[in-house]
Amino acid sequence: MGRRRKESPTAGEVEEERPPYFFGAASTSMVRILAVSLFALLVRVLVALGPYSGRRRPPMYGDYEWYRNTSSNDLAYWGLDYPPLTAYQSYVHGRLFLQPFVPDSMDGSVVGSSRIFPAALCFVFIYFGRRIRRGRGDGSVTHEWLLAMILLNPCLILIDHGHFQYNCISLGFMIGAVAAILSGRELLGSFLFCLSLNHKQMSAYYAPAFFAHLLGKCLRRHNPILSVMKLAIVVLATFVLMWWPYLYSLDAAREVLSRLAPFERGIYEDYVANFWCSTSTLIKWKMRFTVKSLKLFSLYQVPSNHGFLHALLNSSFSFYLFSYQVHEKSILLPLIPASLLALEEPTAFGWLTYTHSLLSLFGLIYRLPIEVHGRRRPRIPWKLQTVMALSSFSSALLHLVYLIVRPPRRYPFLFEALIMALCFAQFVILAIYSNIRQWTLRDASPGFPSEKKKI
Amino acid sequence: MADLAWFWCAAACVKVLLAPAYRSTDFEVHRHWLALTSSLPISQWYVDASSPWTLDYPPLFAYFEFLLSIPAAIVDPAIVDIRNLGYEAESVVLFQRLSVVFADLSLLVGAGLIARRLSGGKRRLVYALILWSPALIIVDHVHFQYNGLLLGVLLLSLALLTEGRDLEGGLAFAVLICSKHLFAIAAPVYFVYLLRHYCSGRGIWRDLGRFLKMGAVVGVVAAVSFGPFLYHGQMKQVFYRLFPFGRGLCHAYWAPNFWVFYIILDKFMAFFLRKFGYPVEIPSASFTGGLVGSSSPFAVLPQVTPAVSLVLVIVGMSPCLVRVWKKPEPRHVVRWVSYAYTCGFIFGWHVHEKASLHFVIPLAVIAADSLEDAGHYFLLATGDLLLFDVPLLFGPEEYPVKLLLLLIHSIIVLSSLSPLFSGKVSQEDVPTTTTAAVGPAGMWYLAGFAAVEVWGQLLHPLLLGDRLPFLPLMLVSTYCAFGMVYSWTWQLRRILAAG
Repeated sequence: MGRRRKESPTAGEVEEERPPYFFGAASTSMVRILAVSLFALLVRVLVALGPYSGRRRPPMYGDYEWYRNTSSNDLAYWGLDYPPLTAYQSYVHGRLFLQPFVPDSMDGSVVGSSRIFPAALCFVFIYFGRRIRRGRGDGSVTHEWLLAMILLNPCLILIDHGHFQYNCISLGFMIGAVAAILSGRELLGSFLFCLSLNHKQMSAYYAPAFFAHLLGKCLRRHNPILSVMKLAIVVLATFVLMWWPYLYSLDAAREVLSRLAPFERGIYEDYVANFWCSTSTLIKWKMRFTVKSLKLFSLYQVPSNHGFLHALLNSSFSFYLFSYQVHEKSILLPLIPASLLALEEPTAFGWLTYTHSLLSLFGLIYRLPIEVHGRRRPRIPWKLQTVMALSSFSSALLHLVYLIVRPPRRYPFLFEALIMALCFAQFVILAIYSNIRQWTLRDASPGFPSEKKKI
Repeated sequence: MADLAWFWCAAACVKVLLAPAYRSTDFEVHRHWLALTSSLPISQWYVDASSPWTLDYPPLFAYFEFLLSIPAAIVDPAIVDIRNLGYEAESVVLFQRLSVVFADLSLLVGAGLIARRLSGGKRRLVYALILWSPALIIVDHVHFQYNGLLLGVLLLSLALLTEGRDLEGGLAFAVLICSKHLFAIAAPVYFVYLLRHYCSGRGIWRDLGRFLKMGAVVGVVAAVSFGPFLYHGQMKQVFYRLFPFGRGLCHAYWAPNFWVFYIILDKFMAFFLRKFGYPVEIPSASFTGGLVGSSSPFAVLPQVTPAVSLVLVIVGMSPCLVRVWKKPEPRHVVRWVSYAYTCGFIFGWHVHEKASLHFVIPLAVIAADSLEDAGHYFLLATGDLLLFDVPLLFGPEEYPVKLLLLLIHSIIVLSSLSPLFSGKVSQEDVPTTTTAAVGPAGMWYLAGFAAVEVWGQLLHPLLLGDRLPFLPLMLVSTYCAFGMVYSWTWQLRRILAAG
């Protein structure tokens, strides 16, 4: 996908090697971006046409109802378990869009148009993140594909518009933060990341990577203390701003915190391709706590952009694989840096992004009456094809089996478990691979002795 | 080939996502036809009246529905139960929606063949214009019809003719007419062209031989389609069902054709004549209702009958027919046939807006010929899309879809104009090339579309609420009628001017 285009400057004829997304020639990249963005918006609007989760199943009306509740001020119904920024945003949303149309009904009826607004809103945010990203200065050939991949990521689309959530806002901020950092604007990056964190605490998965990278960068400056101070101020200020209404007493703040981290629920929910889940079929884990991967230490030593992305991936992956109370939607998090990395290493990450995450989400998806269809696959070199074919085949087989065959009575969740085990295996392989890559990146640069830390 | 497949698949994704969207009564119509062909014997197909949605397509389409009903029965037997009127379970929705998506493979074949001779960029443009046509997507996949299937056959026929394979082209056209008789409007063009191109110039006996061969081919198709009904002595009934002339001059929502102006003129004249004291009666009949005896819905102007409209259509086509007679060149066939359908649209009886697809889609092929053609196509397609709005009874959810499809389509078309036609490679050229393609008047007309839309969607409900509910529609119809009539004259000019 990243190949250079051949252009002959003769009148009227522009032959293109890559899939014919557009007919126009070189510098109409604005046109391409616009068309890709519009198409992504179209797809989201189309998905919004379909049913959303929980639509006709009282009393669990699902996330959509929850947002309306915020605006009518009834926290008891579906407790708010995201940080303040989400609350503000859904309040605004409710005020502006829902109240004029659907004053106070709680019966699950939907004003169709009000689902389009989330679509537009989300799209705007990711786009915003993407624009900053442009500063990266890649060849213009790859940059629309990146945009396409992120915007058209089927997992994100299905979750946000089918299942209904606002993940894209926090992910959008996160991407903006990454972009800012990659182009050297660290203060802006930290600010954006804090926003992201304050919108959904899921972004904390990335926190170690951000922290390590930024710290590393600061320490290599002339005046490390000052740099750290600047960053700290930005972070603190952002947090204070967000939490302002809840800072009037310690109790209030604590209450918000407790909502954010519901430890009362079990260590896993619903068959996520997680370490705990997979191994639970063998060993029953009880109250094991969060475990972090400290391989980020390497990043602290020699911060580099590429390493940063890998760190993001590893950090989020380890969180996903090992942490407490992981939701399937969290797979979105590793997906983003994976998408970003996919262009450099299309084999591994393309494979990951498009086949397995989707499968892992399958359990979630299946509860929605929505179809899942494949997107374009990136080019893959011959050698790996057999391996991937095998795993794709087994995934497809599982898909089919899941749909057609009834599980044996003794193990009603057999297929979910199998799918999950398969995904977990693949995620582990990829996580190991990614960690190795990050280490080799580090080793390739002059300098510091490596220190391996075990999980 | 890979190009084509990619375009089709991308479109298919969008179409599949449209599955839960709004469906019109046409959905139930087709479901009923599935049930009809599946459960009743052939002799009952055109006689049965268990539903108001009687079979009004010719037999080949009925056979198609019959074939489709076989897997339908496997998926869900309730689909083909003839008593199951209005069945709307997930199974039937999904089945029918997917059937249209697959039927569009016909469009893929047609587009592929007809664009075969074009160079890379132009070929892809034609693919985009046909396979991603917003109007076609909306009509087929929201409103629900099988136009893609039939238009694919039309394109196939045109492709065969332009490649000089007249016999096959004639065969395809015969199949097309026996699937949807509305396509027969272009029959005079086909007849004259085939006569002059296929059946002449090789000596009287060979010509006659070819004439008979063509006749035989058409005859076989007709026999396969109508044979069983001839056997049952039902031909009259079949024709009665196929040509329901009991309907009025205009469809409930006026198609933007010549009759719009006729009606408006009539109303104006009646108004002014009354003012000047002449006794003018307000007619009791309406334009959309049937003909009631000899009473006419027109107050002043002469009454219009189906015969009159037919004559007008033929008269409209005649300059083109003369041209075909004189110089039957394959490369102009697409223009001639599009023109024929345009005439049918402009002067026809009880024309639906959807009939505009019959000439808009073939014109997409022409769009690749020159900048002016592309600009004209853009105007036409945009206006056409505008039409498919309230008349097709969209919900508020579907409107953004239509808008987005339009925007994406416009971007693709407009951004390709410059590199394909002027060889320049810069994005600043998009506005200038568009103006060059469409003409300054065209730009104003496009702006007018936006104004009409804004009025219809926003200002009218805001300012007038529920009053004058027909006004936005009338506005759209009239505004587009100007464009359609202009397109008609423009096409004629191009045909006469072409060497």
